[in-house]
Amino acid sequence: MVSGEENALMNVIWFALFMAGIVVAAATGRIETVTEGVLNGAKDGVLVSFGLISVIAFWLGMMKIAEQAGLVQSLAKLLRPLARWLYPSVPSDHPAMGSLIANMSANILGLGNAATPLGLKAMRELQSLNGYRDTASTAMCTLLAMNTASLTVIPATMIGLRMEFHSRAPAEIVGSTLLATLMATAAAIVLDRFFRRRSMGKTEA
Amino acid sequence: MNVVAAVSAFALPVTLATILVVGLVRRVPLYESFVEGAKEGFGTSVNLIPHLIAMMVAVSVFRSSGALGFLMGVLHPLLNRLRFPPELLPLALLRPISGSGSLALVTDLFKHFGADSFLGRAASTMQGSTDTTLYVLTVYFGSVGIRDPRYAVKVGLLSDLVSVIASIWAVTWMFGK
Repeated sequence: MVSGEENALMNVIWFALFMAGIVVAAATGRIETVTEGVLNGAKDGVLVSFGLISVIAFWLGMMKIAEQAGLVQSLAKLLRPLARWLYPSVPSDHPAMGSLIANMSANILGLGNAATPLGLKAMRELQSLNGYRDTASTAMCTLLAMNTASLTVIPATMIGLRMEFHSRAPAEIVGSTLLATLMATAAAIVLDRFFRRRSMGKTEA
Repeated sequence: MNVVAAVSAFALPVTLATILVVGLVRRVPLYESFVEGAKEGFGTSVNLIPHLIAMMVAVSVFRSSGALGFLMGVLHPLLNRLRFPPELLPLALLRPISGSGSLALVTDLFKHFGADSFLGRAASTMQGSTDTTLYVLTVYFGSVGIRDPRYAVKVGLLSDLVSVIASIWAVTWMFGK
């Protein structure tokens, strides 16, 4: 789902978008477009957020049922062999393996709110296996690759936003999203393996 | 192609049916659980408002002033050669950095081109198929005090690039240009 975030890069981007707009408007003699832009943008921000309440509330309701029905644990059983292949450096009976698998299942089910705490738990357990306190281990890099690519089955927020803008078929992008997310996740796994092997070669040399 | 269209049509109903059936079999109080979860929806959406206002205002000023048009004009020849739709470049660049920022850009594209246009569908797919890479990296590594992420940033951003290209390809293949 959508999460709030603050970082230094956002400061720069926000400032640059704003100032570029004001400078261009002044230079082209259309300064009134700034006021117009501010008022329309603020209004859209509120309308879109409120419009998303319907879909987000519905989806979180269904996700609560999925959570309480133990779907995360059911999927985790299926994913165990895959996880052992993805994380060769983690002993398969270590608690970290359990958290890694639970995080992966929650992501696939679209339980963003549940996936993050599970992922952070996995990070703490991987840190206990990590020989260096402030350098990422290879398993951590794999966990991050899986979470930044984030395999998504139902893009609920996008379906909601499309509905708000009167799409004739709000869910028609589920198929294309699934294709794109599968390819991105496959790429993340391959890239992670490639860079892992390369960095291991370096430390040996 | 028809298979993917069928997946689109069936994915949500099948997911809902699975959750309901498994919930019933495992004796989850379906109705109460749903209401309990849905309660959080209001708060989640309201928390989104300040972020979305901030980004929508900046994006809207950037567009209405003509700055966006100017940027598109400069980039057009280069992006055309790469066969990349210039209107999608801001979204592709902002997606890994900010979730609410890229949501504002998708909204802006919907408003100007329609949700069912090529750009609208491609933007939906780009936004939905990946997570906010730099945000995830910061939260995860920050939580255990890792300062050297090694190759994780490279892997995250390169797979975002794959997701952008795959989104445009998938939408072109499914719906045409």
